[in-house]
Amino acid sequence: MELLLSIFGATAQGLTWTIFALGVFITFRILNYADLTCEGSFALGGSISSVFVVGLNLNPYLSLFVALLSGLAAGAVTGLLHTKLKIPSILSGILTMFGLYSINLRIMGQPNTSLVGSKSLIFMIKDKLPTAAELGIKDIILQTGVILVVGLIFSLIAIAFLYWFFGTEIGSCIRATGNNDTMVRAQGVNTDMTKIAGLSFSNGLIALAGALVTQTQGYADVGMGQGVIVIGLASIVIGEVLFLKAKNFAVKMLAILCGSVIYRIIIALILRLGLDTNDMKLFTAIVVALALSIPTLLKNKPLFTRKEVKPPF
Amino acid sequence: MLKLNQINKTFNQNTVNEKRVINDLSLYLKRGEFVTVIGGNGAGKSTLLNLIAGVYPPDTGSILLDGEAITNLPEYKRAKHLGRVFQDPMMGTAANMEIGENLALAYRRGKTRGLKWGVTNKEKQIYMEKLNNLGLGLETRMSSKVGLLSGGQRQALTLLMATLQEPKLLLLDEHTAALDPNTAERVLELTQQIVSANNLTTLMITHNMKQAIQYGNRLIMMYEGKIIFDVSGEDKSKLEVTDLLKKFEVVSKGSFANDRMILS
Repeated sequence: MELLLSIFGATAQGLTWTIFALGVFITFRILNYADLTCEGSFALGGSISSVFVVGLNLNPYLSLFVALLSGLAAGAVTGLLHTKLKIPSILSGILTMFGLYSINLRIMGQPNTSLVGSKSLIFMIKDKLPTAAELGIKDIILQTGVILVVGLIFSLIAIAFLYWFFGTEIGSCIRATGNNDTMVRAQGVNTDMTKIAGLSFSNGLIALAGALVTQTQGYADVGMGQGVIVIGLASIVIGEVLFLKAKNFAVKMLAILCGSVIYRIIIALILRLGLDTNDMKLFTAIVVALALSIPTLLKNKPLFTRKEVKPPF
Repeated sequence: MLKLNQINKTFNQNTVNEKRVINDLSLYLKRGEFVTVIGGNGAGKSTLLNLIAGVYPPDTGSILLDGEAITNLPEYKRAKHLGRVFQDPMMGTAANMEIGENLALAYRRGKTRGLKWGVTNKEKQIYMEKLNNLGLGLETRMSSKVGLLSGGQRQALTLLMATLQEPKLLLLDEHTAALDPNTAERVLELTQQIVSANNLTTLMITHNMKQAIQYGNRLIMMYEGKIIFDVSGEDKSKLEVTDLLKKFEVVSKGSFANDRMILS
């Protein structure tokens, strides 16, 4: 029973983190840009969302929207540093991330903010539902259930939106930029703009995810973004390994959703086996390093060479 | 059509690696001319094409296309008027995208792009027809990723993409140099076919003297950033490889042996 409960909780957590993984997917896989801004913009979303609900007593839905906008801006800053000021890609992201740490502290006025007792997103939804006692279930199950549904709805909306967006003319240009920006310029597209747009979208989603995670876990911490890019990458590679043959863009994103959930379940199970929480980051880093090196490791094996189809010329 | 006035370009200015690549070069292209450009390594052929395409601006001089000054126009803006095929088959297409998606990107060259769907069914009919004209069987593989195609197929596709929206000027930068001889021949035939069908003004760089003579109606030879030989019409059709070699011998004096090896 306790095992099921922890899997249930991990699933809910994985779903609230899906949007984050999708944001990392946009830069890492689509734009081919290892963007570290995400560590700052994730905490930015969390900081804004917590202050909205706790300090300002404003609507949590509004806080999600403002977090999204702030993330768009953060991504645009990184994009401008990289394209207009020609700062190398990784460094541009690090600079924005670094600066955001101070900004996040300013926003919260303290290193962390607890949402306990305030009108958080989950509180407001539960308020409209019958109580756990009336339903005859434990409160923790109701709470987790609400988080799971909220996470699922947000993830599916994000996937539907991204599927549409990356199918449009502008979206196609962003995808092509990650492939070959010389070609995109030769087709008359300003690749500075497509890069800025891609980074902006990615970080907008990531800040939204930070806000959503804050609303569901009940607190925001200025350090909540530390190392999260690795969690995003873990979700992406787990999804890719599970859906190796996925060609459709929507399926690829659903694979990331599954990857995010499975990552959380694996962590939950390992923790139940008695592993120290502090070792989790090392564990995640090793998993991601292994998963990312699979293509290189398999290259030398004849087992995986493709059957050559001779082209007509 | 295209007017280059006294262009100069020096790389790594004021350093030990300073290299004057284009030296007071002027060139005028008439509409419908198919010009082949020949020259040894470092003669400035690719730099010339990159200057026209806007990869970098010239140090001095001006570039006019169809009367419009494009000297300092960014690369993506002048792309509206230019079709380009690169030496590296990987450079002209997006490998992880489908053939149809690549064509759709090229179909919108010079048009504003918005939030409309990236590839419409109506366009697909047009692409199907155009791919069919290439005769490579690509019309049945519209949703294949371009990365799965061979180098020759990718160059043929890039050529199609460069001319899908009729360009004012087609720039071919040794676009067959990376291909095997048979494939190169085939891509050149396609080039000729597309250029003739649309009467395109074309600038084609080549390392191969035979190709330079065989294709086009005007030939220019470059050496150390200058045009040292410019021949068109009947004179060009009478030209032979030995004539070109002699010409090279005269201008390059001692260093000729090297160039000869590269060119033969």
